[in-house]
Amino acid sequence: MKKNPVDIESMTYEQAYAELEQVVAALEGDQSALEESLALFERGQALARRCALLLDQAELRVRQLRVELGTLETGEED
Amino acid sequence: MRQPALFGPAAWSVAELTRYIRQRLEGDELLQDVWVSGEISNFKRATSGHLYFTLKDSAAALQCVIWRSTAQRIRLELQNGLAVDAHGAITLYERDGSYQLIVSSLRLAGEGQLYLEFMRLKAELEAEGLFDPSRKRPIPERPRRIGIVTSATGAALQDMLNTLANRYRLAEVVVAPAAVQGVEAPPQITAALGALQRLSPLPDVILVARGGGSLEDLWAFNDERVVRAVANCAVPVISGVGHETDFTLTDFAADLRAPTPTGAAVAAVPPQSDMQYELAGLWQRAEIALLTRMQGERAALDEAAQRMSWASPLRRVQMERQALDRLVERRERAAQQTLALRRVHVQGLEKRLAGVNPLAVLQRGYAWVSDAHGHLVRSVGQVQAGERVEVRVADGTFGAQVSTPPRPAQGSPKETE
Repeated sequence: MKKNPVDIESMTYEQAYAELEQVVAALEGDQSALEESLALFERGQALARRCALLLDQAELRVRQLRVELGTLETGEED
Repeated sequence: MRQPALFGPAAWSVAELTRYIRQRLEGDELLQDVWVSGEISNFKRATSGHLYFTLKDSAAALQCVIWRSTAQRIRLELQNGLAVDAHGAITLYERDGSYQLIVSSLRLAGEGQLYLEFMRLKAELEAEGLFDPSRKRPIPERPRRIGIVTSATGAALQDMLNTLANRYRLAEVVVAPAAVQGVEAPPQITAALGALQRLSPLPDVILVARGGGSLEDLWAFNDERVVRAVANCAVPVISGVGHETDFTLTDFAADLRAPTPTGAAVAAVPPQSDMQYELAGLWQRAEIALLTRMQGERAALDEAAQRMSWASPLRRVQMERQALDRLVERRERAAQQTLALRRVHVQGLEKRLAGVNPLAVLQRGYAWVSDAHGHLVRSVGQVQAGERVEVRVADGTFGAQVSTPPRPAQGSPKETE
């Protein structure tokens, strides 16, 4: 994983999944050199791990708005 | 006359006939979805939790049942003498042969007015196109941000948060609290919706929800302001107001109507297990693609290797080397043969040489005689009687004297001592 365009560890699930889809499509397209394919596969592996980790460890984030009538201003609190 | 004809039409059993009547009743559309107005009498709460009563007016009476599951949802304090509108389906209780109304909802008789108001507003907004199916937006499959408008203290919020947390934890939930009943509810709900629409980024979906309650309790969700706010919301709205059987105008205006708050949460997000399957499926495709690729490459490699081994210069080199080896071998063998021949030849020569070695003759018992001058005596003429000669045998020499005058021919030419 020498040539990471984006750091996988900081990816959201959607980002990682979207790139994984591209990687799989590229692998299935079978156009690249074998070495590139292997590199792609490795990156895909890291992306899939990231996705699985996010699915396993994600916690629902909840916050509450303070809605004020009249002015309709909102304050945010966690 | 005294007895029925022996072969008259066959009689039905009571059960058969009763079942037939029941099927007729239950097959009637009107009787399965009917509102009926009357006064409660003979009210009974069974230990099972089911409620039994008779609905009466001045001219008739109707047996009614409220099953326990329905009874739990009815907020009215039922008692004899109460004037109500009951909604439900007519069925037939076969054991008693009596028909009865299975009540699915109840309202106070006065609520009929509310209902009329509801219908009027519904028709008006419908005519405006607020409820058009074409206005319904699809609910995003995987929201990143979910807005919730509901009471901050109600069980509905907890139900929704639990459901979301169990199903899908990749989203952020923003709760915009609002009163959900009473006169303050409509402006608060509208304000909460507005606040959520000013978030950046916008929520992908907003849930507008409230737990079950009486028709009045839910009335805020039939308020024109609320209904319009939902219809004009910038992001898709899922409504989850009351119970399965409760319909509010908010439900009609929402992009998706869920039967309950929990149902709204379910509708808002996919189950996470789906995503796990999906992820596993995608990854499997990657593995298969690579495996296929590797097998293809390997097959191509094998084939190339095969072809190369036939055509390769290496193979020719090997063949030439083999020929060379054979040549060398042959030459060596020839050389050895020559050598052996020579050896035999030399041995022959040695033998012949040994044969002509004068010393070898001495070995066989011969001796040679030389005169005083060292000349070999080959003839009797070379010596005289009394002359000293030297005799050489195989292992040495000794002196001797010719004792008799030499005589030519016959017999031994020499005499030795």
